[in-house]
Amino acid sequence: MSEISVWRPTAPLENLRRRAALLADIRRFFAERQVLEMEVPILSRRATSDPHIDSITADCSGAPAYMATSPEFGLKRLVAAGIGDCYYLGKAFRNGEAGGRHNPEFTMLEWYRMGWDDHRLMIEVGELLSWLLKIARVRSYSYRALFLQQLGVDPHRAAFAELKAVVSRVLELSFEPAGRDECLDLLMSHYIEPNMGEGITLVYDFPATQAALARVEEDELGVPVARRFEAYVGGMELANGYWELTDAAEQQRRFVSDHGYREDNGKPVYPFEERLVQALESGLPECAGVALGVDRLLMLACGAGRIEEVIAFPVDRA
Amino acid sequence: MASYSTNEFKGGLKVMLDGDPCSIVENEFVKPGKGQAFNRVRLRNLKTGRVWERTFRSGESLEGADVMDRDMEYLYNDGEFFHFMEPESFEQHQADAATVGDAAKWLKEQDVCVVTLYNGAPLAVTPPNHVILEITDTDPGVRGDTAQGGTKPATLVTGAVVKVPLFLEIGDTIKVDTRSAEYLGRAKED
Repeated sequence: MSEISVWRPTAPLENLRRRAALLADIRRFFAERQVLEMEVPILSRRATSDPHIDSITADCSGAPAYMATSPEFGLKRLVAAGIGDCYYLGKAFRNGEAGGRHNPEFTMLEWYRMGWDDHRLMIEVGELLSWLLKIARVRSYSYRALFLQQLGVDPHRAAFAELKAVVSRVLELSFEPAGRDECLDLLMSHYIEPNMGEGITLVYDFPATQAALARVEEDELGVPVARRFEAYVGGMELANGYWELTDAAEQQRRFVSDHGYREDNGKPVYPFEERLVQALESGLPECAGVALGVDRLLMLACGAGRIEEVIAFPVDRA
Repeated sequence: MASYSTNEFKGGLKVMLDGDPCSIVENEFVKPGKGQAFNRVRLRNLKTGRVWERTFRSGESLEGADVMDRDMEYLYNDGEFFHFMEPESFEQHQADAATVGDAAKWLKEQDVCVVTLYNGAPLAVTPPNHVILEITDTDPGVRGDTAQGGTKPATLVTGAVVKVPLFLEIGDTIKVDTRSAEYLGRAKED
């Protein structure tokens, strides 16, 4: 990038006009389905406890505050309060995430559907994506089926040594994988994603150890799996959805365990959202929710190869 | 020597990997939805020229390599070594054929090229992108065929062989792109 024009947007204006149209289309999609747009704080006294997501810390009125890494805590508290089907379309922030498909400040769409499970919500994600991107082809696979098909290994049952052998067969690493989940993350992001092919691909039933805030249930083979799904288009990860955990005690246990992981791995530890636990105690309706990266969606709509082609002022120019 | 973390990796940064100096070609941040972050890095081994693709954990770091690119004038080849000189300090360096590698076929005395020094000694030589060289051998020229049509091989004064249009002859001077060995046009003789 030339130094003399750093005031300029990195994205062509045509792509920014496309962004405006995309946001309008998304709002129209939800308006037609009676899903309400909600605002939630993006500056909060509580932060994520996600083991692999770091918050950006701010100072607000003399005390630490955290930029929301996603609107989920706010939206779920509204759901627990009885708001019903709702969505958020706005900014989210993740520290240290910068690259061809990442910018620390990005636009996220997240929505919740009352009474739905992950499979019902997957259908709606497919509908939204096919409508916005004009792609008819939607396929879905379980996480296990993808691994079996592409790598010949069962991700839920394979031993650590077996997964390590698969990793060393397909990748050159500078380090020794520390556990099964690290192997699975490597294979997913470096091998399966790039080979996913054209069209919309939905992947469901993730390993139980990667449940995040999704329920864990037994699948048809009796293996506990996270009722979580991801949506990909042309090998680019776009969305992550859950059949939401409603069990307050389990939620509390996961927050504490995530904190432990962060401490053990030398990562910053932030106050977690105990008000979400309280909301679950008071009773979260059965629901499914999904978060979708809007900048990446726009990359697909514009045929852009890098995220700065669709963001006016990425972090280097912000 | 400083060490660099994956988020500082960018094209051209020189680092040590497996004991060899490498130049970073490309660094891509990769992060599965809820999983951990990695950096997928392509590096060129400066000793062998081979490109490596390696995955790092985000936040890992590598030692910097004591590698510098210097513009130098090519002086002569004494049969064993190629001699180069830094234009300002007149400091001279000698490099063997293995170090000069493929660049040898483009080197003309007094041309300025880039010599990569590792711990002060030449590691690699990059010729100028464009060189002007005389044709020393080619089939006789075909008159009247100046625009399109076929090409023929021509041997240049440095030993390089490039494809040139049929009308060129021995003694003509041409401009060549050394990266693609592509003929760019006739050069005027001074």
